[in-house]
Amino acid sequence: MTAKVVTVTSGKGGVGKTTSVANIAVALAARGQKVTCIDGDIGLRNLDVVMGLENRIVYDLVDVVEGRCRLRQAMIRDKRLPELYLIPAAQTRDKTAVSPSDMVRLCDELRQEVDWVLIDSPAGIERGFKNSIAAADKVLVMTNPEISAVRDADRVVGLLDAEEKGPASLVINRLNPIMVKRGDMLSVEDVLDLLAIDLIGIVPEDENVLVASNKGQPLALDPKSRAGHAFDNIARRLLGEQVPFMDLDTSGLWQRLLGRK
Amino acid sequence: MSDESALLQTKGIRDGLLITFGQAAWPDLVAALVAQIENQPSFFEGARLALDVGANALRVAELSALRDQLSERGISLWAVLSESSLTEITAQNLGLATRLAKPRPSEVQQAAADEIPAEAAKWVKGPLRSGGKVTHEGSVVVLGDVNPGAEIVAGGSIIVWGRLRGVVHAGAEGDENVVICALELSPTQLRIANKIAVSPKKQGKNQPEVARLKDGQLVAEPWQA
Repeated sequence: MTAKVVTVTSGKGGVGKTTSVANIAVALAARGQKVTCIDGDIGLRNLDVVMGLENRIVYDLVDVVEGRCRLRQAMIRDKRLPELYLIPAAQTRDKTAVSPSDMVRLCDELRQEVDWVLIDSPAGIERGFKNSIAAADKVLVMTNPEISAVRDADRVVGLLDAEEKGPASLVINRLNPIMVKRGDMLSVEDVLDLLAIDLIGIVPEDENVLVASNKGQPLALDPKSRAGHAFDNIARRLLGEQVPFMDLDTSGLWQRLLGRK
Repeated sequence: MSDESALLQTKGIRDGLLITFGQAAWPDLVAALVAQIENQPSFFEGARLALDVGANALRVAELSALRDQLSERGISLWAVLSESSLTEITAQNLGLATRLAKPRPSEVQQAAADEIPAEAAKWVKGPLRSGGKVTHEGSVVVLGDVNPGAEIVAGGSIIVWGRLRGVVHAGAEGDENVVICALELSPTQLRIANKIAVSPKKQGKNQPEVARLKDGQLVAEPWQA
């Protein structure tokens, strides 16, 4: 096996990187892929919590890098999906505990074992970001439809070009179609207009995402969730399928339903 | 020593040492520099170094590797001068200066009132994204958008074949006979010489516009070639 290493990054914090990594990983694993997630946010780890694996951590990323354990020992198997693993970040260290070349070495070792390596980048453009993109074959830049997040995404896209990690693909997270319609939120077109990179996913705002994250059960497997469906679509696009973007215009449906009454 | 001196020249300047690279492959240049430093460690120890890399287009990995090699030898690299805009952006990303305090004499050429001398202009392939900065003594031409958060400082005029939404400063060294023009002129802030303006909220269709100083006032009017 030769895995593809995909890094999810954003510049700005709080746009949903960790949640997306967990959900895309679950969606890929549910499609029969062997997936390992790496939490790149050393010192502020979260991915273990969102995946509900916090209480199973024995070894972490820094233990592997510093040779206190073998790679396999730090890979925590998911509760529901046997082909999904997590390598958690160390909580008691900081970003300097790992170097970009450590990440390249680690991912090269992982490439033999799995189909996909998903790296959850920390916010910012410093060491943690550089560590997270060092080994990436593909980078997903995540943003929310708000000006500050888009501005930071633009900066990150520029840095990725300079590091020859481009072209990045864009995920627009937490889009609220009703607000866009009212003109109170940037539309997909507005965001693409500025960033001018390929779009790989649009995830609608969905409060169930938060509920699922708190429970430690990513909802990509939930057929009723629109956000879950959007994450699954991203996974399918990563696998090379041509998937049309979801129709987010809810009013059309309501009008149709009401019209029939 | 003789072949090394063909690859690089060292001279003392006000801010430390300036090393100018000749024409050769990048690894050879780096090797020559390291060799020279190791020949005269006491001369270079603790030096502040500016590096003129000529037309070499350098990525972050190359430049940061060199900076690390230098700092291991007690030399701090503070500036990288280059004719390549890629190298300048790389240097700025690494927090290095891209010009010495005084402009190099060979490049001090004032733009004529009505025409923009082509040899003094810098060509930038866009989009220029947030955090990107282009500084040039002459005029700057951008093919592509200039996004919010990007900055252009030019001694001469600024021409953007795309949407201009960042911060631009034309005539930065005091020349008032310069223009800023763009297919869509909506900069965060626009400066010509020592005058500053912000874009008014636009209504209606965007059209190519030219901004210039007229009687001490910044004005924008439709761009008619």
